[in-house]
Amino acid sequence: MDNVKNFTKGLIKENPVFALLLGMCPTLGVTTSAENGLGMGLATTFVLVMANIVISAVKNGIPDKVRIPAFIIIIASFVTVVELTMQAYLPSLFASLGLFIPLIVVNCIVLGRAEAFASKNNVISSAIDGLGMGLGFSLALTLLGAVREFLGSGKVFGLQIYDTNYGMLVFVLAPGAFLVLGYLILVINRFKKA
Amino acid sequence: MNYIFIIITAIFVNNIVLNQFLGICPFLGVSKKISTAAGMAGAVTFVMVIATIVTYLIQKSVLDVLGIGFMQTITFILVIAALVQLVEIILKKVSPSLYQALGVFLPLITTNCAILGVAIMTIQKEYNLMEGVVFAMASAIGFGLALVIFAGLREHLDLMTVPKGMKGVPIALVVAGILAMAFMGFSGLV
Repeated sequence: MDNVKNFTKGLIKENPVFALLLGMCPTLGVTTSAENGLGMGLATTFVLVMANIVISAVKNGIPDKVRIPAFIIIIASFVTVVELTMQAYLPSLFASLGLFIPLIVVNCIVLGRAEAFASKNNVISSAIDGLGMGLGFSLALTLLGAVREFLGSGKVFGLQIYDTNYGMLVFVLAPGAFLVLGYLILVINRFKKA
Repeated sequence: MNYIFIIITAIFVNNIVLNQFLGICPFLGVSKKISTAAGMAGAVTFVMVIATIVTYLIQKSVLDVLGIGFMQTITFILVIAALVQLVEIILKKVSPSLYQALGVFLPLITTNCAILGVAIMTIQKEYNLMEGVVFAMASAIGFGLALVIFAGLREHLDLMTVPKGMKGVPIALVVAGILAMAFMGFSGLV
């Protein structure tokens, strides 16, 4: 029962982007299209789940004073795994996400979950917590990417909905990221209260 | 000439916050008052320049020599985390007044993605050491500029009547969007 709650809380109630406002840099930086948002979300999910599993497994062996550096090394190892794998098998996605893949290391969500959840709970619930948070993050990024892609170039997941010439280019560029996220949070807050 | 080009590009055209989306967390987090924003900007400038120099030297003299470039992410983040601690300790001894001003912001900087981002970008753009330092300095100034302007806007925003649902984060993001739009005006500069 608890595990179900651990899983679903990351999706909506404690959604890392819309509710906790963590991990803003990749959220704004890579969501020029739904596909990029989804790719970044899944990469982060992998790191979150694996880091949560390892940290909860070794938590008793880490002295309290050096736990943050130890967590960072574990997270950085998995980020390197993602980086090299993506470079080998998905070079085009790797090129469009660029700098933001190594920057998963400093994504506040990953370290935040390690500190707040994995260092206090067992392996299974930590894995589920990581999965829930990661999927919530992916959901938010995909939604943001889809809205920006739709408004900016008339496509969703590369599928043409209306003529690109009528798209508002600004939504694909930097200012659009801030504007769309601001209004999305507004809409979500509205539904939460009702 | 080359240095001027790097400076103008890093401050205005590719502003690290408003165009590259690095360091958004402090940008939204410590921008409620101009004085705290200025303190954060100072701390970031300090650490960013030192971190860029140290990571650059490690990349060239250790990682490249041994052919273990894939360790870049792990090495850099560890160096930055250690460096922040070191700067904190040294500052406490050498200049207590500066420590007073920057102290609270230093621990937050480890997870500021702008620092790691600039360190990696310096390597990716194949700058030499001097260009890297100039680039880091200019990026940090760009960060400070965006942060202080944004803090000034938010101070005024507190006095305005904002629609209920827009209060707090949504209006801040919309203002940031408009600020980013203003910075896009610089894009024809170089």
